Amino acid sequence: MSTMNITIDGHKLQVEPGTTILEAARKINVEIPTLCYMNLIDMNIEHKPGGCRVCVVEVAGRRNLAPSCVTKCWEGMEIKTHTMRVLNARKTVLELILSDHPFDCLVCAKNGHCDLQKMAQNFGIREIHYQGEQSTYKEDNSPAIIRDMDKCIMCRRCETMCNDVQTCGVLSGINRGFMAVVAPAFEQDLEKSPCTFCGQCVAVCPTAALTEVDHTNKVIRALADETKTVIVQTAPAVRVALGEEFGMAPGTIVTGKMVAALRKLGFDKVFDTDFAADLTIMEEGTELLSRLNAHLKGDKTVKLPILTSCCPGWVNFFEYQFPEMREIPSTAKSPQQMFGAIAKTYMAEKLGVKRENLVVVSVMPCLAKKYEAQRDEFKVNGNPDVDYAITTRELASLIKQSIGDITQLPDENFDRLMGESTGASVIFGVTGGVIEAACRTAYEVYTGKTLEKIDFHQLRGFEGIRAASVDFDGLKLNIGIAHGLGNARKLLEQVKSGECEFHAIEIMACPGGCIGGGGQPQHHGDSSILKARAAALYKEDEGKPIRKSHENPEIIKLYEEFLGSPMSEKAHHLLHTHYFDKKKKIFIE
Amino acid sequence: MSQIHIKIKENDVAKVKEICASFNNAPGELINVLHKVQSHFGYLPAEIQEIVASELNVSTAKVYGVITFYSFFTMTPKGQHPISICTGTACYVRGAEKVLEEFKKELKLEVGETSADGKFSLSCLRCVGACGLAPVVMIGDKTYGRVAAEDVKNILKEYE
Repeated sequence: MSTMNITIDGHKLQVEPGTTILEAARKINVEIPTLCYMNLIDMNIEHKPGGCRVCVVEVAGRRNLAPSCVTKCWEGMEIKTHTMRVLNARKTVLELILSDHPFDCLVCAKNGHCDLQKMAQNFGIREIHYQGEQSTYKEDNSPAIIRDMDKCIMCRRCETMCNDVQTCGVLSGINRGFMAVVAPAFEQDLEKSPCTFCGQCVAVCPTAALTEVDHTNKVIRALADETKTVIVQTAPAVRVALGEEFGMAPGTIVTGKMVAALRKLGFDKVFDTDFAADLTIMEEGTELLSRLNAHLKGDKTVKLPILTSCCPGWVNFFEYQFPEMREIPSTAKSPQQMFGAIAKTYMAEKLGVKRENLVVVSVMPCLAKKYEAQRDEFKVNGNPDVDYAITTRELASLIKQSIGDITQLPDENFDRLMGESTGASVIFGVTGGVIEAACRTAYEVYTGKTLEKIDFHQLRGFEGIRAASVDFDGLKLNIGIAHGLGNARKLLEQVKSGECEFHAIEIMACPGGCIGGGGQPQHHGDSSILKARAAALYKEDEGKPIRKSHENPEIIKLYEEFLGSPMSEKAHHLLHTHYFDKKKKIFIE
Repeated sequence: MSQIHIKIKENDVAKVKEICASFNNAPGELINVLHKVQSHFGYLPAEIQEIVASELNVSTAKVYGVITFYSFFTMTPKGQHPISICTGTACYVRGAEKVLEEFKKELKLEVGETSADGKFSLSCLRCVGACGLAPVVMIGDKTYGRVAAEDVKNILKEYE
């Protein structure tokens, strides 16, 4: 079909049939404000319920104003994006939304990061001309996510993330009219739903209707308690995103400044989750090879593929949605929990601190890590291996509260014994990274040879589902990779039906991997930010003197001094876990 | 660690599954399925919603969303004598509101509720096509026309 001629604010342009007014306007850099609209280009998901009506424009010959996100262009269309009628309508719409929104901006968790607040500021709202009843709902406090629906503006972005991207099906619009709200089935709390706590709903929420459970005050209290030794671990994806909270460009590596900031905050030791990621590779890689060897010898009781288990959102997902397959994921704990288990045994002993006086804080790009940290199986006599998991955003808030800024801090190094890490562990934060790290070690252990090319480029990329093969000296290892739980579901269905024969599969719950985690600075669906963070992780990997997990001297020392060998009895006790069947049970009387 | 256990009778499950199957378990038939299921059970309890969701492969949240959106669907069982008061235009202008208030007062029920003994339930509907008899009240299959607030007590006596 031929292109169509349209005019936007006097600019003539040609567009393809099917183009919306919003798309056409953005093509020529004409800014039309949007609120409910969300375009996740790399995921092929465009959320445009046409609900908020903030994006209305005037179209010549049309009686009423047109919502630009859902109105398609036609031949000869004449559009005006900022007439007085349009501006007044937008203000009215926004004032109506604000008339049913709490006015506690100064003490709101989203203060300064709220799309609604920003819009009110941009529109120059100084008065709300509409007054009426305010809708109120009961607050829902799960271990990871807080739902405060009084602040919901019904943009329904969370529903798109939960249902279309992650296919968890937890959230839906319920009731109608003034009572309408987004909620789990039967308006139950999130904890009683199949929520994985991936936090993708929180990541896209324009207001503070969905926020993380804030542990910053608990951390401040622990740091002030002189009877406690407080240590911290930082996940790989945090160091390439934290800078954004301080005005630095996406993809700026702030590892050294982050360490300096944590030390200034008063942590007794600043360690690295990357150390535990190397440990994960030792355990998971060994498990992979032992399963693979048994499989190659014809042992039918051994199940392949082996699935990674680092991601707590993914673990929750298969416990709810695929419990019958819970025997295939690796039993290796996630790096966060491995760190906690080693910290409260090996490190506590080294530091001469009793378990109950050692507080382990982890800084994670993730909300599901909060849930993971409080799982019963990761506690010893009620004392958790990881006391508090805070997000990248919470760390930024801690820093802003106490020391203000990180940009001028000198680069410092992690403390030793649980601070050394390899390039392999750094890329744990990006889709494909865990399996690449595993391949680097598994190759050398399996073949006994030194890897010539450390980079497995075939495992990298942003495609939602990827398949690649890795040559283990004649043995072709088939690898599957999925990021985003909707993609994980597709891959899992294939495995279930026997359609594909993978030896190993890596799954990360969040699109892009941990770099796009629910606890990261909000990226508003801008995938260039995710790509910059990914590139930074690969750059950090390349700059590391050691790039294979099994060569980490501190890991070697840990096995020599404490654990023995990978999958040893002690390693099994401390570093491995088991999974539960959480599928809803229907009992028939 | 939450796990929701649901109890339901075997033949009820079979009936729900049968209805879903009659619509080829198609997700797009959700509303039609719910209509049929409600006409069989009289209401749509949480347990039934779970089965419908799993048969049609849609989320329970979505089923619940649809049920709470359409006023026709109800999660509370209807009484032995379901009372419906027409609040369509004709009935409304001829005093349906007052009749409704009287029923609410007499039965101590709000619209959408069922009495504790399961005898009466109260609902509103829009036009039964008997505007000449306005205001109209239906109890079960029986229709009462030109009802005034003063008549309510006597009508209810019929069901004692």
